[in-house]
Amino acid sequence: MTGRRTGDNGLAVEVTGLRKRYGAHQAVDGLDLEVRTGEIFAILGPNGAGKTTTVEILEGFRSADSGQVQVLGQDPAHAGRQWRSRLGVVMQDSREQSELTVSELVHHFATFYPDPRDADEVIDAVGLREKATNRSAALSGGQRRRLDVALGIVGRPELLFLDEPTTGFDPQARRSFWELVKGLRDGGTTILLTTHYLDEAAYLADRAAVVRDGRVVALGAPDELGGPDARRPVVHWTQDGTAHSERTATPTALVTRLSREAAGPDGEVPDLRVVQPSLEDVYLSLISGAEHPQDTAAPHTTDGPVPDLETTR
Amino acid sequence: MSTTTSPSAASSALTTETRLPSALRLGAARTRVELMTFFRERDAVIFIFAYPVIMLAIFATVFGQDRQGGAADGPGGIPFAQYFLPGMVATGIMLTSFQSLAISIAVQRDEGALKRLRATPMPAVSFFLGKIGQVLLVSVVQVALLLGIGALAFDIDLPTTASAWTTFAWVFLLGTATGAVCGVAFSVLPRTGKSASAVVTPVVLVLQFISGVFFVFTDLPTWMQRVAEVFPLKWMAQGMRSVFLPPEGQEWEASGSWQHGTTALVLMAWLVLGLVVGVRTFRWRRRDDG
Repeated sequence: MTGRRTGDNGLAVEVTGLRKRYGAHQAVDGLDLEVRTGEIFAILGPNGAGKTTTVEILEGFRSADSGQVQVLGQDPAHAGRQWRSRLGVVMQDSREQSELTVSELVHHFATFYPDPRDADEVIDAVGLREKATNRSAALSGGQRRRLDVALGIVGRPELLFLDEPTTGFDPQARRSFWELVKGLRDGGTTILLTTHYLDEAAYLADRAAVVRDGRVVALGAPDELGGPDARRPVVHWTQDGTAHSERTATPTALVTRLSREAAGPDGEVPDLRVVQPSLEDVYLSLISGAEHPQDTAAPHTTDGPVPDLETTR
Repeated sequence: MSTTTSPSAASSALTTETRLPSALRLGAARTRVELMTFFRERDAVIFIFAYPVIMLAIFATVFGQDRQGGAADGPGGIPFAQYFLPGMVATGIMLTSFQSLAISIAVQRDEGALKRLRATPMPAVSFFLGKIGQVLLVSVVQVALLLGIGALAFDIDLPTTASAWTTFAWVFLLGTATGAVCGVAFSVLPRTGKSASAVVTPVVLVLQFISGVFFVFTDLPTWMQRVAEVFPLKWMAQGMRSVFLPPEGQEWEASGSWQHGTTALVLMAWLVLGLVVGVRTFRWRRRDDG
């Protein structure tokens, strides 16, 4: 049992060539992943992309068919209590209707760990002080999710798994939840987040991986996902009554050319627009396997709230 | 909140290796939490904890007054209340062990509570210690309540000999263990938490009716007796009758004797069967969750 805090290489999670098959379905198909100690790492991808399977292998709930997996320097399939006491897990599908109060549950879970956080401080941190004496069955969806997080962090984990943590949150609850997660990261907790929400990944993640068909198709800081090519703007205009669009690395040059060739009598190019692909455009192109963001049929707005991809797709 | 883990936690992580709380201590913590949960659930308190007491009171009252001038008698001049007390003790043991665990584990599994516990460093043995502790403590309180009310409200004579209480102890412990183990094994059958009590309760009810809990066992049709003899409740009730009825009561047993040896054998057979099935089928996650 060496390399206590992380692997020896500063990586909290290290995955190479991970594969997992359920019957005929190859859920994870050669996935590689590195989560650095101290960062918030987001896994983005549609349902069925293999996100949850991957995370559950990292958590030690499922076994891999093949591939190398190291979490905090150990193979989850063979790691024991000591290893588990260094993890926090907030699962996707918890809907526990406990008769215990918030305070009782958090204090109880604290007893499982060798060096827990102060349970009352955790309750304050997740914003459940006013609900501390309520039975957990009486909490709203968002409050229950906060309780899930409280139970996930009370053991003072080095690595925290958050599986779609803000599903069903209202915007304000989501914003304060994000602040909580950032606070954890700033306190030294490494966080592996899976999410459908691009704005969540954009706001929280230091780095993100986009997963499609069981493998990583893009990796990087959220605003660099897909590389410069994916972010190449598209110029739209109308010429001779037909709509044109052209993807270009040099939009200024193109617009200059158009002002000569396609401008009307008033000097304006009809319907001229220069559109920068949004993170959503980039993401949709990545998960659809299209070569360029604009090739996807999805409607795109360049600013404003980014919708939940689960409902838009 | 103390999110400043970096330097201090790094050094403490090295020293905490030996400081994982012991499985026994966590078993005690689980027992406490299981008890709190049990006694806060109205369904559990009424249909598992209070049910045998209520049934004893109803039966003793109804049948105790169906003749003028004194208590009605069961077989052999034994007062009805006394005849039914052992059956209610056996029922209480089965409800508190089998029904309670089969339902609560099915519900906890369906809600994801088991999976969440599995994600913590709490060892599996502590979880089961908690369940055992809860079942034992609830059973003890329940049986004490039954005997107390039986003695005080219905003038039932409690045994005075050490051998009777020895029999009581082993039938109680073996019955509780068998019921608990079978309850854990049975908990995989309900497909959802909502259906758990609908799947478990009929099994328990049917067993009560065919096992001589509400009726004199030998009054039942012979084929029904044969069916009941396969299951533990009949033997738990018979074992308890041997404790609370005078020796003459043996004459109203189908075999004419208390059959302690057979009782122990049948209960142990179910204990082993429950263990084997339980160990093989127990899951921390829902069936649809891989």
